[in-house]
Amino acid sequence: MDIKAYITLAMVLFCTGIVGVLIRRNAIIIFMCIELMLNSVNLLLVAFSKMHALSPAVKASPTYAADAQIFVFFIMVVAAAEVSVGLAIIVMLYRHTKSIDINFLNRLKN
Amino acid sequence: MSIITILFYFLSFLAVGSAIMMLLSRNPIHSILWLIVIFFAISGHYILMNAQFLAIVNIIVYAGAIMVLFLFVVMLMNLNAETEPVKNHRLQLIGVISGGLLLLVLLSAVMKTQTMLPMEMKTGTEGLIENLGKTLFTYYVVPFELSSVLFLSAMVGAVVISKKD
Repeated sequence: MDIKAYITLAMVLFCTGIVGVLIRRNAIIIFMCIELMLNSVNLLLVAFSKMHALSPAVKASPTYAADAQIFVFFIMVVAAAEVSVGLAIIVMLYRHTKSIDINFLNRLKN
Repeated sequence: MSIITILFYFLSFLAVGSAIMMLLSRNPIHSILWLIVIFFAISGHYILMNAQFLAIVNIIVYAGAIMVLFLFVVMLMNLNAETEPVKNHRLQLIGVISGGLLLLVLLSAVMKTQTMLPMEMKTGTEGLIENLGKTLFTYYVVPFELSSVLFLSAMVGAVVISKKD
């Protein structure tokens, strides 16, 4: 498999996430689109790790091309922490405004 | 066409189609279910690249824990009806056009390169649990311990934020 195929797939998923953030108003859907973008980046990191594993220089490295996958693991850890805090914020927003429309957040202005 | 190519295209179309369906469905529950389909497709890609540990962790953490949390919140707020108000269609069109333009620019930059960089598919030991565990606990111990502090602070933060005051 060429690396370009995986770059293309990750880009399409990432841009789908961006379009979702731009066109939806539901705060939960926007949050899910952010998760989608994180996942496309994870996929690209793993693909690059597998591309790097074929290069001859990697045999000298002590971690042997596993750094990218460790990085993906840490991204998942941070995403799990982020989701718990973000959903708590959304629940609090719903409790105060009885809606999860993000346009209500412009009341924070004044 | 080899079996790997067929599986790659199948999983890719599954992921992209589910992503588009996630955006288009009005009901938040349906969006969450489509996102779970995306996560399973991405886990399939990980298995295709022999990153077994990440495939399992992706299913357990994302499809198992995070999406259940999303479903829990949506059902807690009783949002499973189609409650989203109609947005300005001009703004939606602008959003789709700008996202598509970004995709166009990125794709044209990738397609311009001529070199073929092959990947190691379905073989290789760097994605196995043994190798990843050794790397994690030999070279990445400090970030691993710091992530536990991050989890503790996230837990305390979530409790403090959602506390009734």
